[in-house]
Amino acid sequence: MNQRVLLIGATSDVAKACAYIYAEKQYNLVLAGRKPDELQILANDIKIRHNVACDYLKIDLMDSNTHAEAINSLPTIPDITLCFAGYLGDHALAINNWAEAERIIQTNYTGVVSLINLVANHYEKQKKGTIAILSSVAGERGRQSNYLYGSAKAGLTAYLSGLRNRLASQGVHVISVIPGFIDTRMTEGLKLPKPLTASPHQVAQAVFKAVKKKKNIVYVLWMWRYIMLIIKAIPEPLFKKLKL
Amino acid sequence: MKTTVSNWSNYPVKDTTLTHWRGESIPADRKNWIARGLGRCYGDAALSDQILSTVKHNHILEFNPESGVICCQSGVSLHNLLEVFVPKGWFLPVTPGTKFITVGGALASDIHGKNHHIAGCFGDHVSSCTLLLADGKRIRCSPTENSEVFNATRGGMGLTGMIDTVTFQLKKIESSYIKQRQIKAQNLNEVLALFDKYKSYTYSMAWIDCLKGGKNFGRSIMMMGEHATLDELTSKQQQTPLISKVGHDINMPINLPGFVLNSLSVKAFNWLYFHKNVKKVIENTVHYDPFFYPLDSILHWNRMYGKKGFVQYQFVLPISNSKEGLVKIMDRIRQKGWGSFLSVLKLFGKQESLISFPMEGYTLALDFPLKKGLFNFLDELDELVLDLGGRIYLTKDARMKADTFMNSYPGSREFLQILKQINPDLTVQSDLAKRLSILPS
Ligand SMILES: Cc1cc2nc3c(=O)[nH]c(=O)nc-3n(C[C@H](O)[C@H](O)[C@H](O)COP(=O)(O)OP(=O)(O)OC[C@H]3O[C@@H](n4cnc5c(N)ncnc54)[C@H](O)[C@@H]3O)c2cc1C
Repeated sequence: MNQRVLLIGATSDVAKACAYIYAEKQYNLVLAGRKPDELQILANDIKIRHNVACDYLKIDLMDSNTHAEAINSLPTIPDITLCFAGYLGDHALAINNWAEAERIIQTNYTGVVSLINLVANHYEKQKKGTIAILSSVAGERGRQSNYLYGSAKAGLTAYLSGLRNRLASQGVHVISVIPGFIDTRMTEGLKLPKPLTASPHQVAQAVFKAVKKKKNIVYVLWMWRYIMLIIKAIPEPLFKKLKL
Repeated sequence: MKTTVSNWSNYPVKDTTLTHWRGESIPADRKNWIARGLGRCYGDAALSDQILSTVKHNHILEFNPESGVICCQSGVSLHNLLEVFVPKGWFLPVTPGTKFITVGGALASDIHGKNHHIAGCFGDHVSSCTLLLADGKRIRCSPTENSEVFNATRGGMGLTGMIDTVTFQLKKIESSYIKQRQIKAQNLNEVLALFDKYKSYTYSMAWIDCLKGGKNFGRSIMMMGEHATLDELTSKQQQTPLISKVGHDINMPINLPGFVLNSLSVKAFNWLYFHKNVKKVIENTVHYDPFFYPLDSILHWNRMYGKKGFVQYQFVLPISNSKEGLVKIMDRIRQKGWGSFLSVLKLFGKQESLISFPMEGYTLALDFPLKKGLFNFLDELDELVLDLGGRIYLTKDARMKADTFMNSYPGSREFLQILKQINPDLTVQSDLAKRLSILPS
C-alpha cells in the first residue's frame, strides 16, 4: 500500500508545496487544518491532479481538548506526520494583549505539543513512524522584535530534540526543520533579503529530503546555520544593546 | 506591494500595487482595480492602479471523467490543465498560440484558436462561471442565468468584475499527437484558396511573409491539423500516446538590442522559415506542443524586441472585404518596411457575440517594434481597417483610439450600458478602459 502522510497546518504555502511533492510521488495524504472549506478545495485539486487518496481533517491548534478526538477519528495514523502550523502574530499588540500572546504561544508551541504527543505515543507503540516539524531560527535567540514568537519556537525546538532523544531507540524518527525567511502569505508585503529567503517549494523539498534521508536537524538555506552560530555567539552584554 | 508591471509586449509600463487574490471578497471601497492572470495580453488591458493577480487562485475544483466537464478557479493556467488532463485523454476545447495563460484570461479575452471556424471562441465552451462584481456580490452567470452579464464577461476584458471560477467542457482525444499537413503557397491568392479548400480541417492557420512584394506577395506556409487517432501513430508514439511533455524550454535571458531587429533580419527570418522545408507539401504526425505552441519553447521571446518593447497589431476583416483589404494593408506595411518578425493569418468562422473579437473573415496578426512614427502609421492602418468594416483585437492592443473602438465594435454601446449597471462607481477599471473611454477616467 502507498504510504500516507498527515500534514498539519495544511493550507499554509509551505504545506501546500509539500503536499504536491508527496502527491506527485503517489503518497496518499490527510490534510489537517483550521479551515475545512480551503482544505476541501485543496484535497479535490490534489485528487484530480495526482490520482491519490486525499482526505481532510479539521484540527484547531488553539483547542487542545479536541485533539485526541480528531486524531482518533483517523482510521489509521499516517506513516509520516508533518507539521507546518505557525502564527507570526502581531508582537507589538501581543505584549499588551494576552489573547494575541496566547495565540502565538499556543499555535506555535502548546497546541503543536498537544497534538504531536498523541502521534508520538502511537508511533512509539508501533515502533515506527516519522515526525517532521517546522520550527524557526527565531527560536535560537530571543530578540526584542519578536521574542514571543521566538520563545514559542524555542520551546518547540527543545521539545523536538527531547522527543528525538526519547524515540530514537524506538524506531521513530523526529526531524526539526529550521527555515529562515520564507516567501509566503505570512510574510507577503515584508521586505525580506532575497538571498536569505527560501521559496515554499525549497522548504518543502528540504522536508521531503530530510524524511527520505532520515536527517535530524535541517537548515533550509545553509547560510542560516552560520548566521545563527554568529548570533548565538554574541555576548549578552553586547547583545542586549543591539536593536534586533 | 508597490511595483512596476507590464504585459507581454513590455509596453506600456505601469507603476502600480500588485496583490495576490485567492478568492476572498474584495473590499467595497477598493477602487481602480483590475484582474490579471499571466499577463499574456499585449498592452494595457491587465494594468490599473491596483492589480489583483489570480495566479495563486489556481485550484481545480471538480472534474467529471465521463463527460469531461471541469470546474476550476480562474488562475489555473492552460499549461497546467494540459499537464493534468492530456494523460487522462482530454484536451482544451480552444487554445491560443501560447499555453501560458489563465482560464480567467481565456474567458475575459474570449480567446480563439486555430479551430475558430469549427469550434468558436473559448466562451462557447463555458457552461457557467462565478463572478465577483464591483459591489462585492458574487453571482453565477451562464448563457441562461444572468445572461447579459455572462455575454459582457466573455471578451469583456475583466471589466465586469473578477472571474472566480469557470466551468467548461474539455474535448476527448485518443492521443497527444497531431496529424499535420503543411503546404507552401507562393502568394496571397494561393493561400486564400488553400484556406477555402481545407475549411473542413479542425485546425488551420498560415505563417505569412508580409514583406515580400511582386509575384511572391503574401507567400505563406499553410498549416493544418487533426488530433491523431491511436492507429495513426508510429509504434514508438504508441508507447506513450498521451504524453504531455516534450523537449526542453530555452530561455531568452535578456532583452536583445534593437538593431538585431532591423528589417533585414526580419526578411532573413522569413526567408529561412520559408525555405526550411524544401518540399511543397509535408505530412507528418507531431506532438501537440510544437504544433500549437511553437513560440513557447523560447520562453520570454518578447525580450527579443529589446527594452523599448513592441506592439502587436491584430485585425479582422469581414469575409466579403478580406481579400481586397489584405492586399491594401499588407502593401502599406511592405512599403513602410516596418514589418513583423512573425505574421499569422487565419480564417474565422461565423461569430455572434457582444464584444468578442472574431467575425467571419480573415484575421492577420503582426508585431511592430516600437519606434518613432509607429503610432501614426498604425492610426492610418486603423482607418483602412475601419473602412473595410473590420476591427482590432482588444487583448493585443495598446494604442487604438476611443473612436476606433466605439465605431468598429457593434456591441460597444450595449457593453457600456451593461457596465454602467454593474460597475456604476467605476471601481473595476483598467488603463485600456480609460484609453478607449469604455469607462470615464
Ligand atoms: C505568444 C502569444 C500568442 C497568443 N495567441 C493568441 C491566439 O492565438 N488567440 C487569442 O485569442 N489570443 C492569443 N494571445 C492572447 C492571450 O491569449 C490573451 O491575451 C489572454 O487573455 C491572456 O491571458 P492571461 O491569463 O495572461 O491574462 P492577462 O493578460 O493577465 O489579462 C488579459 C485580460 O483578461 C482579464 N482577466 C484575467 N484574469 C481575469 C479574471 N480572473 N477575471 C476577470 N478578468 C480577468 C484582464 O483584466 C485582462 O483584461 C496570445 C498571446 C501570446 C503572448
